[in-house]
Amino acid sequence: MARMKFLCDAERCIECNGCVTACKAEHNVPWGVNRRRVVTLNDGVAGEKSMSVSCMHCSDAPCMAVCPVDCFYRTDEGVVLHDKDICIGCGYCSYACPFGAPQFPSNGTFGLRGKMDKCTFCAGGPEENGSAAEFEKYGRNRLAEGKLPACAEMCSTKALLGGDGDVVADIFRTRAITRGKGSEVWGWGTAYGKPTQGESKKAAAPEGGKS
Amino acid sequence: MKRAIALLLLSGLALSGCSDKPQNLNRAKNWDAPAYSGAAKAYMAAGWTAGDKASWEQQMRTRNQRQNDYSR
Repeated sequence: MARMKFLCDAERCIECNGCVTACKAEHNVPWGVNRRRVVTLNDGVAGEKSMSVSCMHCSDAPCMAVCPVDCFYRTDEGVVLHDKDICIGCGYCSYACPFGAPQFPSNGTFGLRGKMDKCTFCAGGPEENGSAAEFEKYGRNRLAEGKLPACAEMCSTKALLGGDGDVVADIFRTRAITRGKGSEVWGWGTAYGKPTQGESKKAAAPEGGKS
Repeated sequence: MKRAIALLLLSGLALSGCSDKPQNLNRAKNWDAPAYSGAAKAYMAAGWTAGDKASWEQQMRTRNQRQNDYSR
């Protein structure tokens, strides 16, 4: 099995925030903490695009690299989790994360910053699977129940895909091909540009002046 | 009498260390139980056997296909 991954199809997301609600309800997430949120680009402008964002469970996670108490670990399925008994709530992971995934609840009378909280890919934490202690600290462990993350499973337009990376990639590839698109939608072409783009730049350089 | 009280206090002090929780950070990585080991029975999805990795992986793939419009 490949690593567990999320993928949000911006062509399908309608900014309903159903994924956000599902996550909050499923895990009893406290006020002020959003493990998942919907980001909209060019909001209000025709052709706006929305995307559901949470922890992306990076293969080389920067949060893991910067944690001074080493509270992060990765499961066999590639899910990045952390131990709240070790976390000191310093916030380094929040600065390191490019997706703004780590969240910090305000605790107590004076609103002190609590221990970090983030998306668990519905895989709970180090406590016993399905136990009350696990639910209290990390929320439901749906993977151990034979289910996939609640946000992806209940997405009404199926914009948000979550699960085995290979299967998710296959589903998205089928969609892209059905839309009449090809390999330019994902992979090398997206990351590094088309070969023709480089050629046109080269051709334009002598005429265009400064590079 | 004083010696007995002193001894009692000393032994109490010495034993207080026994209730200390270890605070070392050198815990082994990935101490979590694997997801395929299953969870509370009441919430388990049907169609797979807890503890069987192959069965869990198949369950994940089957469940994943529910997100695929073109296979429904």
